[in-house]
Amino acid sequence: MLEDPQELEETWADEPGLWGWLCSVDHKAIGRRYLGTATVMFLLAGGLAALMRLQLSRPENPLMGPDLYNQLFSTHGTTMMFLFAVPVMQGLGVYFVPLMVGARSIAFPRMVAYSYWMYLGGCIFLYTSLFLNTGPDVGWFSYPPLSEQLFDPTKRPDVWAQMITWTEVASLAVAVSIITTTFKLRAPGMALNRIPMFVWAQVVTSFMVVFAMPAVMMASTALILDRLVATHFFDVDRGGDALLFQHLFWFFGHPEVYIIFIPGTGIVSTIITTFSRRPMFGYLAVVLSLVSTAFIGFGLWVHHMFATGVPQLGASFFTAASIIIAVPTGIQFFCWIATMWSGKVELKSPMLWMLGFFWVFLIGGLTGTMLAAVPLNIQVHDTFFVVAHFHYVLIGGAVFPLFAAFYYWYPKIVGRMLSERAAAWGFGLFFIGFNTTFFPMHILGLHGMPRRIYTYLPETGWGPLNLVASSGALFMTAGVIVVLLDAWRARHAGALAGDNPWAAPTLEWTTSSPPAHSNFLHPPTVGSAYPVWQDSPDQAVVVGLRSDVRDVLVTHLLDTEPDHRSVFPEPSIWPLLTAIATSVMFIGSIFTAWAVVYGSIPIFITMVGWFWPKSPDEGGTQPWPATERTLPLPNEAPEGAMP
Amino acid sequence: MTAVLQSVLDPAGPQAAHISWLWWLMFWVTTAVFLVVFALTLAAVWRGGRAQAAIADTADKPLAAAVSFGVALTVVILFGLLGATMWTHRAVLALGAESAVTVNVTGHQFWWEFEYDEAVPSQRVTTANELHIPVGRPVVLKVTSRDVIHSFWVPNLQGKRDLIPGIMSAIWLQADRPGVYRGQCAEFCGKQHAHMAFEVVAEPDAQFERWLDAQRQLASAPQSAAASHGRDVFLTTQCVLCHTVRGTPAAGKVGPDLTHVGTRGKIASGTLQTKPDDVAQWIRDPQHVKPGSQMPPTRLTDADVQALSEYLVNLK
Amino acid sequence: MSARATVDVSRLAPGGFGNRSLMYWGTLGMCLIEGTAFALTIASYFYLRTRNPQWPPDGIAPPSLLWGTVNVAVLLLSGIPNQLARKAAERVDLHAVRVWLVVCLLFGIAFNAVRVIEYFTLNVLWNTDAYGSVVWLLLSLHTTHIVTDFLDTLVLTTLMFIGPVEEKRFVDVEENAVYWYFVVGAWLPIYGVIYWAPRLI
Repeated sequence: MLEDPQELEETWADEPGLWGWLCSVDHKAIGRRYLGTATVMFLLAGGLAALMRLQLSRPENPLMGPDLYNQLFSTHGTTMMFLFAVPVMQGLGVYFVPLMVGARSIAFPRMVAYSYWMYLGGCIFLYTSLFLNTGPDVGWFSYPPLSEQLFDPTKRPDVWAQMITWTEVASLAVAVSIITTTFKLRAPGMALNRIPMFVWAQVVTSFMVVFAMPAVMMASTALILDRLVATHFFDVDRGGDALLFQHLFWFFGHPEVYIIFIPGTGIVSTIITTFSRRPMFGYLAVVLSLVSTAFIGFGLWVHHMFATGVPQLGASFFTAASIIIAVPTGIQFFCWIATMWSGKVELKSPMLWMLGFFWVFLIGGLTGTMLAAVPLNIQVHDTFFVVAHFHYVLIGGAVFPLFAAFYYWYPKIVGRMLSERAAAWGFGLFFIGFNTTFFPMHILGLHGMPRRIYTYLPETGWGPLNLVASSGALFMTAGVIVVLLDAWRARHAGALAGDNPWAAPTLEWTTSSPPAHSNFLHPPTVGSAYPVWQDSPDQAVVVGLRSDVRDVLVTHLLDTEPDHRSVFPEPSIWPLLTAIATSVMFIGSIFTAWAVVYGSIPIFITMVGWFWPKSPDEGGTQPWPATERTLPLPNEAPEGAMP
Repeated sequence: MTAVLQSVLDPAGPQAAHISWLWWLMFWVTTAVFLVVFALTLAAVWRGGRAQAAIADTADKPLAAAVSFGVALTVVILFGLLGATMWTHRAVLALGAESAVTVNVTGHQFWWEFEYDEAVPSQRVTTANELHIPVGRPVVLKVTSRDVIHSFWVPNLQGKRDLIPGIMSAIWLQADRPGVYRGQCAEFCGKQHAHMAFEVVAEPDAQFERWLDAQRQLASAPQSAAASHGRDVFLTTQCVLCHTVRGTPAAGKVGPDLTHVGTRGKIASGTLQTKPDDVAQWIRDPQHVKPGSQMPPTRLTDADVQALSEYLVNLK
Repeated sequence: MSARATVDVSRLAPGGFGNRSLMYWGTLGMCLIEGTAFALTIASYFYLRTRNPQWPPDGIAPPSLLWGTVNVAVLLLSGIPNQLARKAAERVDLHAVRVWLVVCLLFGIAFNAVRVIEYFTLNVLWNTDAYGSVVWLLLSLHTTHIVTDFLDTLVLTTLMFIGPVEEKRFVDVEENAVYWYFVVGAWLPIYGVIYWAPRLI
């Protein structure tokens, strides 16, 4: 009763050629695209930062004026926060969550494909604008009144505002898919306490995305409405309030950093578990820490606004919450240390980056507790101290884990091993460079250097430390180049990886490297949280799914009992066409509000094309007319799933 | 550190001193925490590296105790820091109001307007970019903005406060020793955010009162022929559209009040010195010094510019 | 390999109604997202209220209650054919589904038409002041949903008439009903804020 492997692979493969590439709804292909595009964004934004550091390396540097510098720092921040950090984590989720839960596909594959094209569109749009001298120029958070039409009559803030909505649609789509995948497509036997920590992190993050992204969409929409059709949300002369923007923005902005950090902790948990050869210590505590971090993270946003003069009582609440959130993160830290302490540790390349994570993120988290304190905050807010802090937590909490994830999962995605030696060099250069660049910034901030200044006077005394900081950028760049060169080389010249080169415990390592088109020849069931290590060789596999269509097993949310089968969609061009239509609407809306009305028509058409069924498909549900219902209602038993 | 102009760690007033204390407390505590946790991390990696095999779950009880202890210690330390924070916050807010000097601060792109508040309107003093305060007396600053959000920050004395259009916010500070303390705008406000500095001159009370009195006087008459010609240039060109010199017909409100600009150490918000050459450079082409600022270039002859700067430098 | 234990799912149904269906969860996700957007806009309304001594400001009278309340009635009543369409879908009764979906569409035309009148009879324009801006934003967010809901119901109804119809499409009808409930339910707090808040606070 086992499926025909060849037919199965053909069913799940993309069509060949450019057409097949454009129509793909394979989560692995889309995940790779997300990771690749996000890497390009990282390099572009890093390049902008290098130019910024060049400008600041000495006082009164005539290299560039404020107009260019303002676009550089605004685009750098906007890219890193919206076009790199969140998409790269979501890209990892898109690729690995279905594999880790034992599913053949991600939920809503066409929507995930659409989300990628939207993301790509946003990236192209932003950088085209920058090269046309219309890049955002009022910071990555674009506060009014500075970003209002009166003070910035160019199109630059409009570019910023619409790019936000554009790319946030992509993030929201992926979040819903990841939640649904984890809820409904888990392998039989994968009870809540057997879900891999990386998947927990992705689900928690996805919920945060669902609740946080609407806030930034409302803020940026209100801003563009003020600019385009003369609403007065932030116009104090007509009853509006500049602080409303800040509240809306930071209600998103604070959870945003946890949206970036929590998947990072999922990576850390994964890698420490694998390379300590033992289950994560305190699984339940770590899961609860993730959840409580997410909740508390929604209650911190005013700490970005302490300098506006918030009343003492309110400020105290947000100080307390901002300090308390260190507790769940501390719990995770101690559990990781305990896991390594009692494990058998192998210091392979991913673990090197983990050590870097411990050093860098710890420093960043500790300066975070400093910034939580209102008195200290009102001194160092909006200075390079904050720049140092957030680079330590973001690069420490996301980029170091991402490098580790890169070394860990490249063999699975590509099928080849990277070089341990190159990894060590890359790590060393990047780690030294990073600390050289960002540690002095703590001191610069304490010495009074504000953020977002294109130059400074020599008498301030900031010159020497700025030069040190700028020189660190060279090392960071060198480290990144080493890693990229190795990745390029290993594509064809690396040692073959095999299914499980790290002897890791989770399900993605039970399939080939790269994974089969269908992910698993036989979808697995699990009997533990660490299937490769702890399941018996006898652990059952799922049979009975069709191999002539994209048949996927849907299980029950709580107990993962097999519930029904669902035929997933074939590759389709409609997600791309819909993304193009949506993008045209967004671009048009920068120039006129009517674009929203006219632009909706092509979107409507493409969505009809998307959802219209082609024919009674081979999914096995009855064509009509028929005589009775065969699909079960929620309270009915599924039909015979026999173990 | 002595070469650094505006350091948080060089407090010259009670609030900055409290905050500096809190900084050092948090610095040492977090450094200790960092060293302990990172040492534990290295120890764990080293120990795990030497292990023959991973320990099975059943042996986790001592570990669980250790982790619980670590978490408990974390909570205790955090609450301690929270307590220190609350205490410092109250101390910073607790400056008394007796014999306070009140100044209305208005932020502009890209300069600072200071108006000393007095009960009698004719006693009020309006100046720009240089704030004089008496040593040992509290100063209330009522801050707002005329255009976009700015932030008033003089690190040696106090934390910063945002200047938000439509909102009047009050912040207190005090200098406990005489000196000149540099401040800078700390909220991105546009192209010349980088060049929006100011100076706080703290001086003994009697000296402060004399300064205030002098500022109340009308502009002094030019003493030299060059300065006299400069005044004529000033009054017959576009300068009067933006600037005020009390005692002359010039009453523009767009730019800084220049009645006693010669008494200020710097012009252009801390960018240049108040010396003839620097002033001339500024007037000739402000967009070269501060591209994106509101002051347009002039079309005056060199001689006229020199005379103008002679006039302004002598407006004491 | 041949001795491997197996779980045979070949006899499972190829789909399911209600929360068995993946699309149900997708719809729920969308309701959470949009619900958050509504909640934030309502919060912004009340925030702006605290920034204005008079509300509505500028001597504007509160909006007339008539057409907003009419739409409360129309939307709530539209829940009836919606529920009937849903029940018909669960019975896989194609004829009944067609009938009730068409009735839903008629209600859809009605509440969209009333919405147009609501805009015209509002007490303020979007560019008058911040109050007008937030009222129009709130109303327009909801309008986006009643328009989208109408359009996707229109497409679905067309599909149920011209085919290809199969059993899975009845699950789609059920999902559509869930979204319809959300759109109706979301109107109640928004109506309360736009039409009643200026009178009560």
